Amino acid sequence: MITKRIIACLDVHDGRVVKGVQFVDLIDAGDPATQAARHAREGADEIVLLDITATHEGRQTLLDTVRRTALELFVPFCVGGGIRSADDAAQVFEAGADKISVNSAALKNPKLIDAIGRSFGAQAVVVAIDARRDPDAADPVRDAQVYVQGGRRSVGRTVVEWAREAEDRGAGEILLTSMNSDGMRTGFDCELTAAVSEAVGIPVIASGGAGTVEHFVDVFGRGKADAALAASIFHFKISSARSLKEELAKAGVPVRLPC
Amino acid sequence: MRVTVIDYKAGNLTSVLKTLRHLGAEPIVTDGDLALVEAAERIVLPGVGHFAATERLDSTGLTTAVRAAIARGVPFLGICVGMQWLYSGSSEAPDQPGLGHFAESCAHFSESTEKVPHVGWNSLEVRPDSRLLAGVEPGEHVYFTHSYRAPVTADTAAITHYIEPFAAAVERGNVMGVQFHPEKSSATGLKILGNFLKWEGN
Repeated sequence: MITKRIIACLDVHDGRVVKGVQFVDLIDAGDPATQAARHAREGADEIVLLDITATHEGRQTLLDTVRRTALELFVPFCVGGGIRSADDAAQVFEAGADKISVNSAALKNPKLIDAIGRSFGAQAVVVAIDARRDPDAADPVRDAQVYVQGGRRSVGRTVVEWAREAEDRGAGEILLTSMNSDGMRTGFDCELTAAVSEAVGIPVIASGGAGTVEHFVDVFGRGKADAALAASIFHFKISSARSLKEELAKAGVPVRLPC
Repeated sequence: MRVTVIDYKAGNLTSVLKTLRHLGAEPIVTDGDLALVEAAERIVLPGVGHFAATERLDSTGLTTAVRAAIARGVPFLGICVGMQWLYSGSSEAPDQPGLGHFAESCAHFSESTEKVPHVGWNSLEVRPDSRLLAGVEPGEHVYFTHSYRAPVTADTAAITHYIEPFAAAVERGNVMGVQFHPEKSSATGLKILGNFLKWEGN
């Protein structure tokens, strides 16, 4: 049976893992290669590295980080942040990533999704969407808006419509982050995740808000997520992917165990 | 141990190369140097992407060289599209023939409400006499990412269930293929690649 994936996410700034609440107040959480290897050893099904440096000088640091992290990592490895062209993507793949994620660059130039998919296959293209609900909207879920710049600026498109376009253009997966709940540990946005998951035929990774085992049970059930991303829940030894998966198995969620 | 890895310019080889090196092998990449296939001790054909990309194997002469190497008994492992290429063809690119070592064809997953591509970790039902999958216990998982699949036949070495049962691995003599990505399948994948590297003939 296909299992629900638990993905460990490393936000990386200037070659270091960092964690903040809603993308501000960053604190140091270690070396990316060491952290990725630890998560894989402790049962994570996949590793996502999101580079939030996004400066020109940061590019070379990122490629070195990817190369070092990929070297001894034998689970799928996705890298995002600052990929603006098919050439940027090619460099990140060459450094050892299996997938890349694109976000604001794909919104600016949606053909980027087609271009990377053509060269490296749809399975290698993850379209990351930062979503924010508008509490005043008629339907806060269907009308949830796509945001960029760390959740500061709306691009004037609905999440569901952009997810559909990404799929049509050849994205292999959608990484959906709820900006309302990111870093809050109050649970995933299950309604929005389910709305996107039902709107597309490709896997949806839920992100933002993980705090307890029940939150994961909920997003895999009610939220219809195929995978879920967790960052802060693992970083400080609060929990390992393995212990999380053991609890999920008890709750009837199919997961990769032993791992 | 030297392993000839065939590059047909469809996706990236980095993961497969670093995993072979991790296991102590010395990968040698060819994108058309037939001498490297003629002298090969073992051959790996990786592959992510579109079946149509295998046309490059025909145009460079690699198909003919691989066919001869297989006939000499050289151990061969196809991964993902590299496995599908061992069959007669795929509905993904109906005009592009495969090697035809296995007579059947690959096809898209049947219509279903399940997500396609099949992405993630799934389990294997292993044929007990499989040498490639020796030591893989029930309940071990491997990582898949694909929309097309090979049918279950007498040569199937492992069955996986997603939408329908399909061939997760195929094995007949020195010719082996896996639909999943052993280089991304943690300890289970390393064990399987290790079995291939240790394969010593019939």
